[in-house]
Amino acid sequence: MLDLKGVSRTFGGVRAVDGLDLTVGDGEIVGLIGPNGSGKSTTVNLVTGLLPLSSGVVYFRGEDISDLPTHKRLEAGIARTFQNIRLFGQLTVWQNLWVAQNSAEDRAARGFFSRWLGGQKAVRAEIAQLLEFGGLADKQNELAANLAFGEQRRLELARALAAKPKLLLLDEPAAGMNSEEIGQLRSRILSLRERGITILLIEHVMELVMGVADRIAVLNFGQKIAEGPPAEIQADPLVRTAYLGGGA
Amino acid sequence: MDFYFGLAQLIGVHTLLGLSAYIVLLTGQVTLAQAGFFAVGAYVSAMLTVLAGWHLAPALGIGALAGAITACAVGFPALRVKGLMLVIATLAFGEGVRLFFFNFDYQVAKGGIKVGPLGGEGFRQIRFFPEHGWSTLEVMLFVWTCVVLAMALLWWFDRSRYGAVLRAVGEDEIAAQAVGVNLTAAKVSAFTIGGAIAGVGGGLYAHYTTHIEHSSFNILVATFAIAYPIVGGLRSVFGTLLAVIFVQGVLIEGLRFLGDWRNLLFGALIVLAMNVRPAGFLGGARRA
Repeated sequence: MLDLKGVSRTFGGVRAVDGLDLTVGDGEIVGLIGPNGSGKSTTVNLVTGLLPLSSGVVYFRGEDISDLPTHKRLEAGIARTFQNIRLFGQLTVWQNLWVAQNSAEDRAARGFFSRWLGGQKAVRAEIAQLLEFGGLADKQNELAANLAFGEQRRLELARALAAKPKLLLLDEPAAGMNSEEIGQLRSRILSLRERGITILLIEHVMELVMGVADRIAVLNFGQKIAEGPPAEIQADPLVRTAYLGGGA
Repeated sequence: MDFYFGLAQLIGVHTLLGLSAYIVLLTGQVTLAQAGFFAVGAYVSAMLTVLAGWHLAPALGIGALAGAITACAVGFPALRVKGLMLVIATLAFGEGVRLFFFNFDYQVAKGGIKVGPLGGEGFRQIRFFPEHGWSTLEVMLFVWTCVVLAMALLWWFDRSRYGAVLRAVGEDEIAAQAVGVNLTAAKVSAFTIGGAIAGVGGGLYAHYTTHIEHSSFNILVATFAIAYPIVGGLRSVFGTLLAVIFVQGVLIEGLRFLGDWRNLLFGALIVLAMNVRPAGFLGGARRA
């Protein structure tokens, strides 16, 4: 599904991501962990095209997408959420989902004529489903800025799904959540996998990432220092050193 | 009565000017280029009626097209700059247009006299309305037909998905890109539509004043263009209309009896209005 080959990004003299190779297979949930500043969010920005690559290649479903702009990558099937929630606060919940329907098929269906031939009905039905998924059906006419924190997180996830993604990048979706909410998030993520969506999960909360990921990659100073199933990663001395510091 | 019809014409034309900035502001771009598009529309349509002898309606159409093309050309480089840099860049463009018309001569002899733009002296005798015997009332109704059409168009955009996309871009460009919005298309199209509306406004302005010159399109006009939607609020197009009536009708005309004190009070009242309603008369997105 997703292949990073020697991906690097430098900011001035700092190598935020340094020669990263990472593969995410069809239907997999891959966790990407690492201490603060290890390049996790930068990786997400490189995959979605919000930042240009300094070097390396990004393949999506076998095609080189390194030079595609962000909206083209989304059309191809890559959606994301943000670590610090970025909703359109002055738009309603419903409108937030409406503007995010930008998959290739939605764009094709948005022709002038098909819209009058019942296309609008399909759009409404899809948004209703997304509202249901996010548990936001009774909030659809609220401004996004007026939602509670947990609701905003759910709306952001629903908004990413509005693009019918094949690959979903979740950037610290559990940040600021209590353990009950994390439990709900876990079952949401697993239900997405059942729908056939591949997931790259960037997370600090070990409780979540160890529970849902098939495989985990660990970043430190922009480089991959370990990769493997959760149990193996938990036992890895290099990983412990990166997180706890000092010489183990 | 003609005085009130004349005032209504002025309010109509300034509403078009404000609406042209409104749609660009929705995408979060602060523009001082609108006076430039207004000037292009004014000169192009006036040259068509005076020099080529066209009827006003098609001349306005071509003026709108010229405004749109100019705005589209400004929209692309404007993508690269934001905030204050964009303000400066669009200001420079507007001044460039003004200076172009300051130096622009294109005179043709018509019935023994030379007509057409003559640099700093301006473009006199744009006499379509008097030659065709339109009364002030008729001119006013014509202006307001254009205003109503432009407002209806923008109101419809606002309710459509396109309007929501423009507002999403204005709120957060990064998030808009991440959900698949084509930033270039959204920003440049907003500029282009704004340019067309300003072009129509300029064409109407040229014909009812009958005389335009470079100074009719200076920074003050550009500032007014952007002040209307900001004072009126970005919640809906009616805010812009309210703001034009407030500024042109109440502040400028209504305070005339104050003489020189008017200018002082004018600024103070706008500051007061923005303090009472910081998000504009008709509330909405807090942005400026």
